[in-house]
Amino acid sequence: MCSLEKRGRVYVLTLSGEGDHRFNPSTIDNIAAALKEVQDSPDAGALVTTNEGRYFSNGLDIQWISQNPDAHLSTIRIKFENLLASFMRLGVPTIAAIRGHAAAGGFILALAHDYRFMKGDRSVLYMSELDHGMKLPRSLMAVVRSKLLPAASRDVVLGAGKFSAQTALEGRIVDSVYADSAQTLEAAISEAQKLASRGWKKSIYSELRLGVFPGVVEELDAHRDPYLFPASAKL
Amino acid sequence: MCSVEKRGRLYILTLLGEGDHRFNPCTIDAISAALQEVQDSPDAGPLVTTNQGRYFSNGLDLQWISQNPDVPLSTLRIKFETLLASFMRLRVPTIAAICGHAAAGGFMLALAHDYRFMRGDRSVLYMSELDIGLKFSKGFMAAIRSKLMPGTLRDVVLGARKFSARMALEGGIVDSVSADSPQTLEAAISEAQKLAGRGWKKEIYCELRLGAFPGVLEELDAHEDPYNFPLSSKLSKL
Repeated sequence: MCSLEKRGRVYVLTLSGEGDHRFNPSTIDNIAAALKEVQDSPDAGALVTTNEGRYFSNGLDIQWISQNPDAHLSTIRIKFENLLASFMRLGVPTIAAIRGHAAAGGFILALAHDYRFMKGDRSVLYMSELDHGMKLPRSLMAVVRSKLLPAASRDVVLGAGKFSAQTALEGRIVDSVYADSAQTLEAAISEAQKLASRGWKKSIYSELRLGVFPGVVEELDAHRDPYLFPASAKL
Repeated sequence: MCSVEKRGRLYILTLLGEGDHRFNPCTIDAISAALQEVQDSPDAGPLVTTNQGRYFSNGLDLQWISQNPDVPLSTLRIKFETLLASFMRLRVPTIAAICGHAAAGGFMLALAHDYRFMRGDRSVLYMSELDIGLKFSKGFMAAIRSKLMPGTLRDVVLGARKFSARMALEGGIVDSVSADSPQTLEAAISEAQKLAGRGWKKEIYCELRLGAFPGVLEELDAHEDPYNFPLSSKLSKL
C-alpha cells in the first residue's frame, strides 16, 4: 500500500498504485510502520507524504467497513485516529505533496501534515461527510479546525465544498500549488531538504507542534463519539 | 530603558536607546511602571509602544541571565509573563509601532498588542526558539497562538521563519506597513487618535479583549512550565 524511501535526510512516503488509497487496518498498519521507521531514524530531517496515480486518498475503506459495520466502524476509527496522532507526534516536519484527489479521511490526513503542497490540475479536496449524511467525530473535527481559517472551516465542513488547488490556495488550505505531479513532489522534497537542514531537535519540534495545535492529539487519543453510520446516511 | 509621553489622550511608550531593548527585571519593572501610569490615568486613550534605534526588542536578556546564575530562570520568565498579562489587561487599545527587528520575547511583546504597525525596511520578525532548541511556556504559547492564523502560526513557531514587513503583512501578523520609522509611528498615532475618538468605556474594552482571546490571560497568570534551557539547546553553555 505504501513505500518509504530515504533521500538524504528526507523520507518520502508514497501511497502506491493507481487505486484511491483507502484506509483499512492493513493499509493503516503499513503507513504506521513507515512512520515508526522515520521516528526511529536518528538522522531523519523531514517527511514528505505523497501518492501515485490520480488519488491522494479517498479516506476510509467503506467496502471493508460494510463487511461488518458494527465492529469494523469502531475499529477503523480508532486506528485512523491513532494514525493521525502519530503524524502529529512525529519529531520532524511533515509535508503532504497532494498529487490527486483527497476526500474525507484523505483530506484529513493531508490536514494532519504541517505543510500542504498541491498539484494544480485534476486534484480536488472534498470533505464529503455532509453530502453523505455522515458526522465528523470530535477527534477528526479537531484536526480540521486546527489548520483552517474560520471561513475555510465553514466552507469545508458546512459547505462540503470541492476545492480546486487554486481555491484551496486562496482559502489557505494548502500552502502552494504546482503545475503537475512531478513539480509538486520536487518542490515538496526541496522544501523538506531546507527544513531538514535547519537541524532542529526532534523532541523540541514535536513538543512545539503539540503546543501550536493544542487539544488535537488529546482528542485523537480520547477516541470519543462512537462513529455510527446514521440510518439515513447514503452509505 | 523606556519613556512614556502623553500626547492629548494618547500615551506613547518608547523603548529607548540604540541597543536591542532586552527584558530583565529592571527593564521590565520600568515598562510595568509606565503601563501602570496609563492604567491609572482617568482620561487615558490608546497606547502606542515603539522603539528608538534598529531594534524593537530581541527578547529576554540572556546576558543578565548568565550574569545572575543564582536567580532561577523562572524568575525572569514569570516577570515577563506578568508584563504580557499587564498589556492584555490594559483598559485602552494598544498599538505596537515596530520600528526595527523583533525576535523571541520582543516578537511576543508586539503580538500582545491589539494592533501591529511595522516599518517596511530593515525590520524582521523572528521567533527564534526552535532554532535555539527552546520550548515555550504555556503562557507564551497561548499569547502567540491567540493572534495568528494557523498557517502563519506554523511558519512562525514550527518554521522559525524570518518575516520581512511585507511577509508579515501577507501573513496577517501586522496590520499595516509604512516606509520608515517616523511614518510608522505617525501612522500608529493617527490610528490611536481614531480609536480614542470612539469614546469606548475602558472596563468594557478590557473585558471584550479577554473574551476575544480567551484563555491567554489564564495561561499567563498560571506561570506553568519551567522555562528550562534543555541541555541540548544552543544556550546551555551560557
